[in-house]
This record gives sequence, C-alpha cells and structure tokens, in this order.
Amino acid sequence: MTIVFDTLAKIGFFFALIMGLVVVLIWMERKGAAFIQDRTGPNRASIGGVRLAGLVHPVADVFKLLFKEDVAPANRHQALYNLAPWLVMTIALSTYAVIPFGDFLTVAGRRVPLVVADLNVGLLYILAVASLATYGVVMAGWAANNKFTFLGGIRATSQMISYEISMGLALMGLVLVFSSLQITDIVAGQGDLVWGFLPKWGVVVQPLGFILFIVAVFAETNRNPFDLPEGESEIVAGFHLEYSSMKFALFFMAEYAHMVIGAALIATFYFGGYQIPWLPRPLIEAHAGLILTLKLIGVAVAALLIAMLFFRRVQKEKGKFGDARDREPVLGAGLWVLVSLGALAGLALKPWAIGPAGAEVVASLLQIMAFVAKVVFFAWLFIWVRWTLPRFRYDQLMRLGWKVWLPLGLANLVVTAVVMAIV
Amino acid sequence: MSFEGLPKGSGDKKRSFLESIYLWEVVRGLGVTAGHLVKNILNTDDMPTMQYPEEKRVYGDRFRGRHRLMQRDDGSAKCVACQMCSTYCPADCIEIVGAEHPDPKIEKYPLTFEIDLLRCVYCGLCEEACPCDAIRLDTGIYEIAADSREKFVVDKEFLLNNDTDGTL
Repeated sequence: MTIVFDTLAKIGFFFALIMGLVVVLIWMERKGAAFIQDRTGPNRASIGGVRLAGLVHPVADVFKLLFKEDVAPANRHQALYNLAPWLVMTIALSTYAVIPFGDFLTVAGRRVPLVVADLNVGLLYILAVASLATYGVVMAGWAANNKFTFLGGIRATSQMISYEISMGLALMGLVLVFSSLQITDIVAGQGDLVWGFLPKWGVVVQPLGFILFIVAVFAETNRNPFDLPEGESEIVAGFHLEYSSMKFALFFMAEYAHMVIGAALIATFYFGGYQIPWLPRPLIEAHAGLILTLKLIGVAVAALLIAMLFFRRVQKEKGKFGDARDREPVLGAGLWVLVSLGALAGLALKPWAIGPAGAEVVASLLQIMAFVAKVVFFAWLFIWVRWTLPRFRYDQLMRLGWKVWLPLGLANLVVTAVVMAIV
Repeated sequence: MSFEGLPKGSGDKKRSFLESIYLWEVVRGLGVTAGHLVKNILNTDDMPTMQYPEEKRVYGDRFRGRHRLMQRDDGSAKCVACQMCSTYCPADCIEIVGAEHPDPKIEKYPLTFEIDLLRCVYCGLCEEACPCDAIRLDTGIYEIAADSREKFVVDKEFLLNNDTDGTL
C-alpha cells in the first residue's frame, strides 16, 4: 500500500512540475520573444489591475479555449480525431516515469527513491515512448481529412524517424561510458569527477554526443529550427490545423510538455541530472547546516536585489498610468522584500544546527532544486534558440539528419568504444 | 551547408571553416539575442513599443485624417457641387447631388454630399482638386470605427459638423 502511495505522490510531483512549467514556459516564450525582438510582449490581461508582467495571460488563454466552440471538420475519422490529442499528451507525460529527480528521501523510516519507475532498461523505455509520440501527430494529421494536416503529419513522422536514429546513437555512447541502461545508474555515475576537478557529466565525457543529442531532441520536439510539421506559409498550421478549443489546447500544452521532457532528458543524460557539481550527497549531508544558512542568506540577498529593481520602477513611473497599474511596482517591491525578510527570518530557526535527519531532507531538496533549475534552463534554451535561428528547409533537415548526423553518431560511437576498450 | 544545383549568386561568399560548421555561428547568434534580452529586461521603459490606447503617436500637421466640409459664415457648406473632387477621386468614394442655390451669386450647392470612408484611400486628391477650399482632410482623426458598413457612408451634416471622435 505504501508503495502505491509513494508512486502516486511522485507522479503528482511530476504532474505539478510539468503543468506549472507549461504555464511558465508559455509566459517565457511570449515575454522572451518580445524582449529579444525589442518589444514589450503581452501586458493587458490583469487581475484587479495587477498584470504580473504578463503571467495572467496563460490563465486568460485557458478560459478562452475552454469556452470556445469546438469546430470539427465534417469528414473526419471520429475515433482517431478524438484520440489524437489525448494520445499526444499522454505519451508526452509518460516519458517522465523513468527520469529521477533526486536521489532518495527518507519518509517515516522508509527510503523512497525519487523516481517513479526505476526500470533497468529505462533508456530503451525513453527511446520507445519518444517514438510513440509520432503516432498522435500522424493520427491527428490523418483523421482531420485535410491535405495540409496530412502533409504536416507526414513531415512530423519522417523528421522524427530520421532524428530518432542519431538520438539513439548519441545515447549509446553514453551507455558505453556509464555501462548501464538504467537511468538512475547513469545519473549516479555523473556525480564523480574526471581528473579530479571536472564533474563527470555527460557533456564532459561525450561532447560530440551532447551536440548530436541536443539537435536530435530539438528535431524530436518539433521546435525551431526544425519545426517543419508547422509551416504557416506552406501547410498552414500543420497537423493540428483542424483542431479547436480544448483539443487544440492539448496539442499546444503537449508541445510545451515535450519541451520539458527534452529539457529533462538533456539535463539527466548530459548535465548530471539532480547532481550538484563538486557537491556529492555525503558532503551536503555533512555540511547541511552551513549550506542551508548560506542558501538562506543568498535568497535574501537575491530577493533584495530584485526588490531594488522594482523600487527603481516605483520611483521612475510615479502615477504614470493613473489607474490600478500604478500599484504593480509597489506590490512587486513589497513581495520581494517579504521574500527576503522571510529568508532572514528562517535564520532565526538556527539552520546551522540542523540534525542528521534534517540534513538528509536538505540534501534531497537541494538535489530536486538542482534538477528543476537545470530543466528550466534547458527549457529556456529551447525558447532562446527558437527566437534566434531561422528554420531549416525540409531538404536541409533531411540531409543534416541522414548525411551528417548519422555518420557523426556512428563515428562517435566507434571512438567511444575504442577509448573505453583502452582505458 | 552547400547549395549544389543552385545558381551561384552574389550573396554566396566563401565561408570560413567555423562558419561552415554552423555551430559557432549558432552560439554567436544566441549571444546577440541574449544581449537584447538582458538590455530590455533592465530598461523596460526604453523600449520603442508604444502602449497604444494610453499613448498615441503625434502626427504632423500635414497628416491626412478624416474629411471635413468647410462652412460659409452662415454655416452652410462652402461646396459649390462642381464634382471636381468626385471626378478626381481614385477610389470613387464621393457622391454629390447638386442643386440650384437661392443666392444668385452662388451657382450651385450640394443637396447631398456622401463619402464612403471604407472606400476612401486618404490620398488627399479631393482637397487638391477643390477650387474653393470646401473639403479638407485636416481633422487628424484616424481611429474610425462603426458596427456596420452602412455607417461608414457619412453624409453632409456629419462632414460639416465633424464633432465625433473615432466612432461613427
């Protein structure tokens, strides 16, 4: 019974993480794109005049999509048409089952590993489930009975098949280095150091593999510069053209869920997963008090710096709008000052004198934070790249996949195998 | 990446090795966008975006906005219904019906004077063509909105008084 409860709790954690990140990522995408292009981005939706720098917009979007009419083409394949968005979303979410987000956590005397399912073939599971995502896309394209959606589905399929191979080859190099298909083993192996000073992260031991993998992940998630399944000028919106209302929202959310998976995979395989560089778990547990104290002080200082940015705005735009929006910088400054004071108040609890049980919790929480921070960074990388690079032409995409990435992947595998045999 | 099969254009300069493997250029591009991002986050107020309904762009005096008909001292239209403007109008949006004026010194006056604001291209040829300075585009109004197409066809009374803002 306890294991069911543990598993449900872990699934709940991942579900909350992904859904929270989807909202934040939509915001980051819009605001980041705007700032990169010297625009201000969405800033109209507000709750009581407070706009939260555009964070209210995803909420407004959800309400809009929920209440929209669900227009569907007359000659659709009913079953597949309804199944496709759910399939895309379900498969996107099920990849997370094997990704560890921390080492372990001791709850009521039980050692709970922080991974939903610690499969010994976890890596194969990821590759298999990632390929399944194609089905949802091609189903959506086929069922809508529209030539543009069909072309979008076909493009998605051929692109995913092409890049799956180089993705698998890149990961095989990693498997050789850490000699395991179990993802917890791979992440645990990345806690060591190479030559005594470099963290043994995948990106350090497999630099070429990392580049191959990250490009393959971009192609797998259908994000720019490989977003061929959508192409406004060629095939309108691609595979989800005929979907509206919440069904469209599911595709939209699945795209961001895929981005979070992609980011989680990059972080897990090539950037040490939950490992904090130069801070192995025993070291954290030994110095938990010191680390916690420093962390609280760090949070307090950072929050104060952010509050100062808001204070500058308060001074600069006194009564600029003449309505509720003038309250925003004041509220922002107040909120961050409160965060800062809260962190300082935490110091009153004597965090430097924490016990061994507390030290373990601190270590686990720090690892979870490290994992989430890495995931957020790589999710941001997806957005950053989208607003930097122009997209590839279809033939360029195929040529890169088959003529460059495949041989490079094979070469990487051979070189890794030879080096591993010698060392 | 090479473009075999395509004619060699003037834009095809020789790429160095670093440029041809594309990756370093990607990193440089990311640097450029990150620069813009950081600059704009730190100085949100310096962005060129205009918060439109609150702030409005100030146009010059010669900006051609919505039309108005000039009045005589007694408040009637200065227009003599000569049809010059509707003849010149490239969008064919002016419709004038002339009638004989009671005052013998004035030949004609417009019985009706209608402008279809949806067809108008705001070129200003009507005010150029007008021999007696009866029509001008100098109101500066450019936000013109209505909830039906019919309302965009404005009549003589409207053009003479011209007292609304954007809504018709």
